Amino acid sequence: MSSSGEAAAPRSGGWLTLRRRKSLLPLALVIPGLLWLILFYAIPIVSQLWISLQTGNPDDGFAQTWNWAIYGDSISEYSEQMLRSLQYAGTATIACLIIGFPLAYFMAFKAGRWRNLFLLLVILPFFTSLIVRTVAWQTILTDDSWITNALKTVGLLPQDGRLLATSFAVIAGITYNFLPFMVLPLYASLERMDRTLVEAATDLYASRWTAFRKITLPLAGPGIFAGVLLTFIPAIGDYINAQLLGTSQQYMIGNVIQSQYLVVREYPTAAALSFIMMVVVLIIIAAAARLIGTKKLSEAAVA
Amino acid sequence: MSETDVALRGLTKRFGEMVAVDNLDLDIPQGGFFALLGPSGCGKTTTLRMIGGFEEPTAGTIELAGKEITQQPPHKRDVNTVFQSYALFPHMTVAENVAFGLERKKVDKAERKTRVAEALELVELSSLASRRPTQMSGGQQQRVALARALVNRPRALLLDEPLGALDLRLRKQLQLELSQIQRDVGITFIHVTHDQEEAMTMADTIAVMRDGRIDQLGSATELYDHPRTAFVANFLGNSNLIDADVVSNSGAFAEVDADGGARLRVPSEPVAAAGSAQIRIGVRPEKMTLAPANGDSAATDSNALLGHIVDAAYIGLATQYVVHTDGGADLQVFVQNSANGTSGLEEGDRVVASWDPEHTFVVEREEPNAG
Repeated sequence: MSSSGEAAAPRSGGWLTLRRRKSLLPLALVIPGLLWLILFYAIPIVSQLWISLQTGNPDDGFAQTWNWAIYGDSISEYSEQMLRSLQYAGTATIACLIIGFPLAYFMAFKAGRWRNLFLLLVILPFFTSLIVRTVAWQTILTDDSWITNALKTVGLLPQDGRLLATSFAVIAGITYNFLPFMVLPLYASLERMDRTLVEAATDLYASRWTAFRKITLPLAGPGIFAGVLLTFIPAIGDYINAQLLGTSQQYMIGNVIQSQYLVVREYPTAAALSFIMMVVVLIIIAAAARLIGTKKLSEAAVA
Repeated sequence: MSETDVALRGLTKRFGEMVAVDNLDLDIPQGGFFALLGPSGCGKTTTLRMIGGFEEPTAGTIELAGKEITQQPPHKRDVNTVFQSYALFPHMTVAENVAFGLERKKVDKAERKTRVAEALELVELSSLASRRPTQMSGGQQQRVALARALVNRPRALLLDEPLGALDLRLRKQLQLELSQIQRDVGITFIHVTHDQEEAMTMADTIAVMRDGRIDQLGSATELYDHPRTAFVANFLGNSNLIDADVVSNSGAFAEVDADGGARLRVPSEPVAAAGSAQIRIGVRPEKMTLAPANGDSAATDSNALLGHIVDAAYIGLATQYVVHTDGGADLQVFVQNSANGTSGLEEGDRVVASWDPEHTFVVEREEPNAG
């Protein structure tokens, strides 16, 4: 964009010289996304922070009083639901990893020409709405469903036991609903892997299991990380599964926020809880990134 | 070089209908540099992968140092492979890559360190031990792969087109280094390549493979000077091949009729070995000399064919002629350009192409191959 370049450019080009166009292009590419984020992320966050510090009631309205105490109050009042959210989302994420890794491995290395069919099957549930899928699980887990009866018959469930309205049901629902978010990044990272590396490891006296542990698993690390984040983060804020498959005994922080906003209309509490959740999630991500990112995967593998 | 290191007995590999390796019998001597040479699809890589344990033979057995290993998984075999793509572990440093095999074998830490350092020294990469393979050039990666395999001191080292991904200059350099390293460490190298020059430069023994079988096995000189099939004659360098009929075979030389009635002499032993009166004889282009045809024929001991030059191409160190003989054959002749300049022969000149009968080889008459 030097002036000498502009001087040399032909007049007919106007002010949009090739050079200028090239330097403007990255800006043009980033503007839509940036605007979107400012409008629907940055501004709401600031407004949430603003609302969370207000006091008042839905009938008389809320006024800004810089009530920082609400954060401490919310944490102590709803710590049970917060911990439960962490526990449910964590358990569901681990379950997704345990179910998803073999599936992704199979699709990447063993499915052959059926690979695309399996990929389609993995994303197929997205074709129906989350609510419909979860309601379907209600039917599956209900007290006289064949699954419940079968489990009672083989003695895995006591005769008066139930599946619906338990933490098992909520965690199972979350696991089911978020499984594709785990499988797809895992699949992507495994599929990229050069299989000769495993041959090389077995050639260097590693058993198949050692080769998996030392080569496949570390190289799938970024995929595991991405899958865990993509599952854990939405799962921790989920309220549909707890609402449809659980009772108030299984309510998660998402249910609290939802009812504070839409039922009780305690906007400051709802905003404060949302904010706390966001910070908790950010801390968890940072910790995970530090664990996997800076301490190199290889060092973890070789140690 | 006496003891057999790797022995293949009736080794066969089929992929569906396709026979990749066909009832192969092969003894690879200990401590030598052995090359499996052939065009792509000849079964050489499949053979190597079966020795490494990555492919299961359809039939036959593999022995390593006298013990059968056919059913052993790769990690139980005392062989190591240098892969064509190197297959270096991208999440480990060079030193960690090289130490991988020793760790699996539970070599204690102090010895591991010494041996890794030695191996890196051998391939001249000591200064790059803490680099990642992805930060290295192709030639360097190749050396890491070699060190990673050699550090385990395997019974045999398998090299699958190890220089295939490198450019010509680097390839030449590494060819010499590889054979030097092989002599230093004394481990049996089994090297798969489609590059005849590479095989000839490095290997003590070359097995030329075609269609899952070994066409001919021998030293580079043997294969070059005495090819027994037209395929070997053309795959290793250039050859002039002409059909010939055996007239008599007694004494050191057999007499044959070729090229429309010319009487040529051929070493007797390979003619007898061919076991047929209809043979093909061959001679290498650089073993022939050209002289102007001026009536008085050259030394009577020589084989000579009359013809005229149809093409002359100056290629620097030699001039490459094509001579169309009176019998209808097209012969390639390389005439070295000496200090006196070129031979002075030109297109259209009538010439006599002659060569020492000793330099004539015999191949079986079969479907003529391209080349």
